[in-house]
Order: sequence, then structure tokens, then C-alpha cells
Amino acid sequence: MIEAPDLPLWAALLTSILIVGGAAFTLIGAVGLATLRSFYQRVHAPTLGTTLGAALILSGSMLCFSVLQSRPVGRELLLLLFVLLTTPVTFILLVRAALYRDRSESNQEVPPLD
Amino acid sequence: MSRLFPYPGLSLALAAFWVLLHNSLAPMTLLGAVLIGIVAPWSLVPLEAPKLRIGSAVALFKLAGIVIYDIVRSNFAVAAIILGGARHAHTSGFVAIPLELTNRYGLALLAVIITSTPGTLWAQHDAATNRLLLHVFDFVDEADWIDLVKRRYEPLLREIFQ
Repeated sequence: MIEAPDLPLWAALLTSILIVGGAAFTLIGAVGLATLRSFYQRVHAPTLGTTLGAALILSGSMLCFSVLQSRPVGRELLLLLFVLLTTPVTFILLVRAALYRDRSESNQEVPPLD
Repeated sequence: MSRLFPYPGLSLALAAFWVLLHNSLAPMTLLGAVLIGIVAPWSLVPLEAPKLRIGSAVALFKLAGIVIYDIVRSNFAVAAIILGGARHAHTSGFVAIPLELTNRYGLALLAVIITSTPGTLWAQHDAATNRLLLHVFDFVDEADWIDLVKRRYEPLLREIFQ
């Protein structure tokens, strides 16, 4: 267990709220990934973790370390930017592969290629 | 200038990244920032990446604000549907949207915005017909989603990149 005895109560509370909130959104996304019915629906769920989930957890981290080091820490903003920019590439690739598979199997739920 | 810096914007961004990652303004960090700003953009030259021109910085900030608002809102909307489970039956579906935006960076940014936002997914873009195929999680009215892209994002993207 890592302790942060120098963290004042208000910052500790706010940090916990942010991190638990972010974890909650990520968890809901994971539940969706496991329970939704179709492949295309399941791809929507993890974006909860990569957007608001990541943003809240990283804000908590930024607040905690900015208070501990008594100076603004901006590294987490870069993390958020990279997560936001790179995960859609994976999702788009997965969806293209699924579309290709469904069309070659003449799946009626998928719009045809024109 | 363009002989030393083929992509000045990228050079500036990389130098800023370097300083932010090290979180310091020590002389060695600044030297590293200058070096990476000069050297790294040359790796893009063989790829013949077109030059990026930002037409309107105001539109860029406006778009950022709109996108942040939309992402937060749709996070709650999609979370509610997932937690609601089977009690709230909902349908998902595909929407085809004809685009007027042709700039490659604009299309790339639109793809990132649409896919990052929970609830919408960039499924396919046909460069010949400039038609976008979108997958929508909570598909109620097709016109809403066409409006979202055509009225909310595309005009700003065209203002920024074209």
C-alpha cells in the first residue's frame, strides 16, 4: 500500500472521486463489451473507458501529483491525447474486418457494398 | 525555413511533447526538444504527406468544445443503455451519409471524433463516392445522425481544413 501522507484531505477526496468515477465508466464499458448482443454493438462499449473513463482517472492523477509536487503536472494530458487518437484506429480496423466477413457471408444485417 | 523544417507545425508539436513528457525546462530537455523537432519530421518526407493548413483556429477550438461536450453526453447515454440491460430494448443500425469534406486530415479527424464518441462508429468511407457508413448504437431516427455529422461537425471541419 502506497501512502500519501502529504496529500490534504480535500485533494485526497477529490482524487478518489475522480478515480472511482473513471473506474466506474471503464467497468460499465467492460460489462457492455461482455453482454451486448452483436459485434457492432460491442465495439461501442469500450469507448467509455477510453474517453470519460481515462479522462477522469488521468484528472485524478494530475490533481494528486500536482498537489504533492506543488507544481502543475501535465504529462497525463499527453496520455489522454494519445489514447484518444490511437484507439479509434484499432476499432475502425476491427469493424472493417467484421464488415468484410459479414458481406462475404451475405449477412442481411449489413448494408451491401456499392 | 522549409529546407530545415519540412513540417514546421509538427516540429513545434514534437518539441512541446518532449518538454511536457519530461515536465521540466532543464537545458538538456530543451536541447532534446530542439533536436527532435529538427530530426523527426524528416521521417514524414518519404511518405509525401500533404502539408497541413489550419484555415481557422477559432473553428478548431469551437469544434474541440463541441466534441468534448458530445463525448461526455454520449458516455452517460451509452452507460445508461448498458446498465438498463434488456429492460430498455434498443436497436442499432447503419446510416449512410454523403460527405462534402474531402481533405484527408479532415476525414481522419472526423473518423477519430466519430469513433471516440461512444454510440457512433466509423464503419466505412468510400473515397470515390465520398460516402460515409456509420454504425449507430442507439438508432432511433436516421435524420438525427445525418444532422449530427452534416450540421454539427462537417461545416467546422471544412472551415478548418479547406
